[in-house]
Amino acid sequence: MIWIELFLTFLKIGAFTFGGGYAMLPLIQSEVERHGWLTQAEVVDFIAVSESTPGPLAVNMATFVGIRTGGILGAIIATLGIVLPSFIIILIIAKCFEKYKKSKAVGGIMSGLKPAVVGMIGAAFISVARTVFFPAGLSVSVFSSASLWVFLGLFAVTTVLAFKKVHPIKIILLSAVIGVGAGYGLGL
Amino acid sequence: MNKNLDLFLTFMKIGAFTFGGGYAMIPLIQREVCDNKKWLNEDDILEVVAIAESTPGPVAINAATFVGSRTAGTLGAVCATLGVVLPSFLIISVISSVLKAFQESKAVQYAFMGIRAGVLALILKAVYTMFMATKKHAVSYVIMAAALVLTAFLKIDAVFVIIGCGLFGLLWSILNRKEQSDDMD
Repeated sequence: MIWIELFLTFLKIGAFTFGGGYAMLPLIQSEVERHGWLTQAEVVDFIAVSESTPGPLAVNMATFVGIRTGGILGAIIATLGIVLPSFIIILIIAKCFEKYKKSKAVGGIMSGLKPAVVGMIGAAFISVARTVFFPAGLSVSVFSSASLWVFLGLFAVTTVLAFKKVHPIKIILLSAVIGVGAGYGLGL
Repeated sequence: MNKNLDLFLTFMKIGAFTFGGGYAMIPLIQREVCDNKKWLNEDDILEVVAIAESTPGPVAINAATFVGSRTAGTLGAVCATLGVVLPSFLIISVISSVLKAFQESKAVQYAFMGIRAGVLALILKAVYTMFMATKKHAVSYVIMAAALVLTAFLKIDAVFVIIGCGLFGLLWSILNRKEQSDDMD
């Protein structure tokens, strides 16, 4: 049943995401794509939407996937699922945070989790890069296509801008304009 | 004003005006919760960051629940969390129907082809920022590489990678502590 599936999937994502923003990308990718709720490209598109609208990526994603698969009720259930684990854990921890913070076990687990999250976002980067540059899959003819070079160039420019701390919304707007220009210009 | 209602409205404002979510929300929480409402002090905000980093779930939810619970107990936590979630929920509900309407348009499809390259750059920036914030230690690098290979190439479920790396970190810290205490003997 779609409601239970939505609830449990987002409960899982909420319970296993450590750190904000893109840290949840690997989990979202694997869960949402496995269920066939969104394609890889749709996930990437939605990251852009989420960066350009207020609110946490997690909640935005849950609402979006929920509404697509199960209407408004689906959106409520998915959002509830993603919120519930943090909510319950924080309520418990808020009362004994000092003890929790100084716990050697928590410190040990975190020392393993933090680098793992970096590696997993690196993996997300690789899989998103495949979608962006080789949407039709790897093939020799792809390398000669002009669009590949346009998108590589666009990626290079936006990377420089991102590292210069240009606001994500401006980067997304610029990419959209260039995408439209390249699309009509190259007759894709 | 009723404190629970006040928490709800304050976090609704925070939810409505944070773009990108996560840590982008912390300065806004600081201004509203410390400077304006004086519910918490500066030290408490550092605690909010620490707690968000070391517990599962989105930073925004962690922070809202924590501040709500500190300020007005469990009901306060419910109100603050509901407040921070509501704006995204409403905005995305509207946007998803708008997106559907424009999906067929050629121009929108081209725009998203470009946007994907831009998002890829944002992801790379996120990897770099998080890499710089991680402890510079051989074990960290090994875990990083292992997590990357396991997820990207061996297609291991992300949940298992997280559990595995957490357990590894725990074991490693226990073994290290033993060594250190052995040295002291």
